[in-house]
Amino acid sequence: MASAVRHQPVASFQSHPERYRHWKLAIDGAIARLGMDIKEENGLRPEDYELKQNSYDLGVDIELADAIERLRFEHPEVRVLVFESLLPKVFCAGANIRMLASSTHGFKVNFCRYTNETRLSLEDASQHSGLRSLCAANGTAAGGGYELALAADRIYLVDDGNAAVSLPEVPLLGVLPGTGGLTRLVDKRKVRRDLADLFCTKAEGFRARDALRYGLIDGSFPRSRWEAGVSAAAADLAAQSPTRASQGVPLSPVNSQVDGRTRRYRSVELTLDAEARVATLTVRAPEALAPASASALRDEGAESWAIRVFREIDDALLHLRFNHDTVGLVLLRTEGDPDAVLAHDAVVHDNPGDWFATEIRLLRARVLRRLDNTAKSMFAIVDRGSCFVGSLFELALAADRSYMLSDDEAGPTLHPTRAASGGTYPMGTAISRLQARFAREPQRAKDLLESEHPMHAEEALSSGLVTLAPDAIDWDDEIRIAIEERISLSPDALTGMEQNLRFVGNEGCDTKIFGRLSAWQNWIFQRPNAVGEEGALTLYGHPTRPRFDFRRT
Amino acid sequence: MSSIDYSERIPNNVDLSSDKRLQRALEKWQPAFIDWWNDMGPAGGWQERDVFLRTAVSVDKGGWAQFGFVKMPEYRWGIFLEAPEAGRLVGFGDNAASPVWQEVPGEYRNTLQRIVVTQADTEPASVEQQRWLAQTGPSQYDIRNLFQVNVEEGRHLWAMVYLLHGYFGRDGRDEADALLERRSGDPDKPRILDAFNQPCPDWLTFFCFTTFTDRDGKYQLAALAESGFDPLARTCRFMLTEEAHHLFVGETGVRRIIERACTLMKQDPNGDARAQGGIDLPTIQRWVNYWFSYSVDLFGGEISSNAADFFAAGLKGRYKEMSKYTEHTALGQTHAIPLLRDGRLVVEDVPLRNAMNEVLREEYRDDCQKVLERWNKAVRDQGVTDFEFSLPSTRFHRRQGVYATHAFDPNGNAIPLAEFEAHRAEWLPSDADRAYVASLMKPVHEPGKMANWIAAPPRGIDGRPLDFEYVR
Repeated sequence: MASAVRHQPVASFQSHPERYRHWKLAIDGAIARLGMDIKEENGLRPEDYELKQNSYDLGVDIELADAIERLRFEHPEVRVLVFESLLPKVFCAGANIRMLASSTHGFKVNFCRYTNETRLSLEDASQHSGLRSLCAANGTAAGGGYELALAADRIYLVDDGNAAVSLPEVPLLGVLPGTGGLTRLVDKRKVRRDLADLFCTKAEGFRARDALRYGLIDGSFPRSRWEAGVSAAAADLAAQSPTRASQGVPLSPVNSQVDGRTRRYRSVELTLDAEARVATLTVRAPEALAPASASALRDEGAESWAIRVFREIDDALLHLRFNHDTVGLVLLRTEGDPDAVLAHDAVVHDNPGDWFATEIRLLRARVLRRLDNTAKSMFAIVDRGSCFVGSLFELALAADRSYMLSDDEAGPTLHPTRAASGGTYPMGTAISRLQARFAREPQRAKDLLESEHPMHAEEALSSGLVTLAPDAIDWDDEIRIAIEERISLSPDALTGMEQNLRFVGNEGCDTKIFGRLSAWQNWIFQRPNAVGEEGALTLYGHPTRPRFDFRRT
Repeated sequence: MSSIDYSERIPNNVDLSSDKRLQRALEKWQPAFIDWWNDMGPAGGWQERDVFLRTAVSVDKGGWAQFGFVKMPEYRWGIFLEAPEAGRLVGFGDNAASPVWQEVPGEYRNTLQRIVVTQADTEPASVEQQRWLAQTGPSQYDIRNLFQVNVEEGRHLWAMVYLLHGYFGRDGRDEADALLERRSGDPDKPRILDAFNQPCPDWLTFFCFTTFTDRDGKYQLAALAESGFDPLARTCRFMLTEEAHHLFVGETGVRRIIERACTLMKQDPNGDARAQGGIDLPTIQRWVNYWFSYSVDLFGGEISSNAADFFAAGLKGRYKEMSKYTEHTALGQTHAIPLLRDGRLVVEDVPLRNAMNEVLREEYRDDCQKVLERWNKAVRDQGVTDFEFSLPSTRFHRRQGVYATHAFDPNGNAIPLAEFEAHRAEWLPSDADRAYVASLMKPVHEPGKMANWIAAPPRGIDGRPLDFEYVR
């Protein structure tokens, strides 16, 4: 029978090309090649699964995410990223099935969420940084392998009479191609939906000729012309993309220390109260002076507060998701001098033409979207000494609720800025958090940004920027009761509720991936037809065949 | 086209003349097949010659082996299924004891199609691999045997194409077309399986290929002959009767080279067969090592979910599933397989269904072992006492499966890659070996004459004398 499901703590989400076990990154001028050579024995749980046929697990994806991030910051000269396999005959077999079958529900969901975010970051790099990508499938790309290809701008498949692209999840595993596959097929590549239906139920997929006809790939070459064809296609793609810069900025490691219940970064702290199922994410304002110019910002590089603090938040969010599944509520707090935040923000926001400042803004936007997509309740706590201003005000907007202390002149202020909240950090819906918040009164969002200024609690409350503003007498009790009430509710219902309320506005590919594809996948991941004793996912690779409950609603 | 009577042109027992749909499909495919045969079949002017070949015109005792002279492009490639077995039931797996399928069950359509295509792809592949061999044939007898093997591989292709056309609809027809588009060894359109992309430049290779690689075919066909998809089972059963001849050609071919080597060793003052223009026994052993290892790859992964699915569904059984085994679910049982753990071999129990490839491979290996024993008897019969052929371990020189990532010696011991490389020329054919064997490949086309490096067979074909003109 299926091996037991295991909880898997993830020690680190950091990587570096020197430590890659599964990828080889080679850069030649404007073109980078990322060669997939996944080491079977180097999975995160080698005792449970082997990463055969370039199948991947979280460890592989952490390296992939790192590579994409580094290309954006460290190699602005690169304009095209080519994905290829270093194995003969197989490009990538997708997520490792044994890994999925032996993972907890929570891990599976987080794994899918993370891999989806990685692929979205690839598309983000193409759309906003001009870093185009090309998938050179020199062998079969199955399941998640083809989904990775779908995230690229161009897909090429070797035409050797054998290699195919396929999404075999439905017929073979009884689950969905959940890493954006179904969504990108019809929404991004606009494959006709009935042909997509054929494709997604045909386990072996389509070889080059049919794949090209149905729009599943953009081109193919025979083996003898493969290298030349791919190189020419990459050069062609590079020619269409503007040069960003010649000199990159190294991404220093994001360091943290665990001290009892607290994980400490330089400007971020994550404190856990496991019994109460509450975590506090505290973000501190910079202490150093802000860099005076874009070039000074580049000199400070990845250590500059403006980028570092968001990389730290990002890492803390991943720890929260993967390693603290019992935490149901995250209190978002800020501490420090609001003016310092504004000063550091200014150099990022006031240099729209500077590539590094632009990359920082894009990175911050991704981190904030990761926050939006985190399946925990979030309350912003605007207390004395807080600094929810500029970019950090977005944290308050991302929260499900916000509580602001109503106090005298020494009390906290909120300070939305046009530079930060006027569309610089869009949600997955492509609108700003402020627009989403004031969907009913669009003018109010505009007015607030027109007259940007620090607001005390009363004004913030009347402007609709906070949910509640208790005074000092009630504050402690109000917060305590709100927390206790929140964590008493069903975590499943809360996740569903929050995901429905947070994403006001129109759907896009991004939101459909998380809100439709992932949501259905997570439902399927709970169903006996997939994960029951006789479920298809449970029994994949085992001697017995699945048995389905054929009732549909 | 319509003037051709296909039911006459294509001998068959599937009532082709009454199945218009199938007939039309095959009519379209047939010219493409002939084009392929002319392009990729035996090269060097042999197509215009009359060859003494057997043709199957029915599945009856007297019908499946009718001998006569025929030009190969006019060979009547027939479609024959073994007679149906009344009331046949699925014999194994989860569908055991339900009636066998006469049509493809939708649930297994893709899987079955993949099985049929993979098997079918090997048939034209070997014809392509062997197309130049007649140019260097060591005797008329051997050239005739080569052509017999070739036309029968062609017929096996027909048999598989019949299944694709008859049971798999449009997809099946596309796959049938693709079978004629792939080419052995072509980097752009390779055949599906590796062994079928290896060159076959000399007759020692041909005989090793027919001994070892065609024997894989025998075991695959035997496993499919147990299939719950009745048309596949019946097709494979009939193919097995022909496959036996290919194995005979291979085994006796190698044996005759061995016998000649022994004779030449005795003639040479230093006991050196090469010095006398023969192929020495250690060289033959290296060819055995090479082709056995390539052939065991064809059985697939040692631990395989596909194999488990095929068995569970009742699509592919074990060798002689119904006569050799009494328990046909293969559930709750395990099969011991040595697996590499931290560089050492550790025997682990694998669920039996997942080990079905290995179970079949072991049957095959034991069969090969018997062949080697017969060759060793031939060596002893020749009075040579200081040489014995040995079958390498199934772990040796693998490119597929769990042993592919590590080096093993011919006894199956895990060794460092450097050690393997140090012994490579001792264990596998070297460039010098290949050049030497190639240098011997001089045509002998005079009836009754044999090349110096091979002994004459004990008797001719179908009661004809050895000096009969088999190709004229």
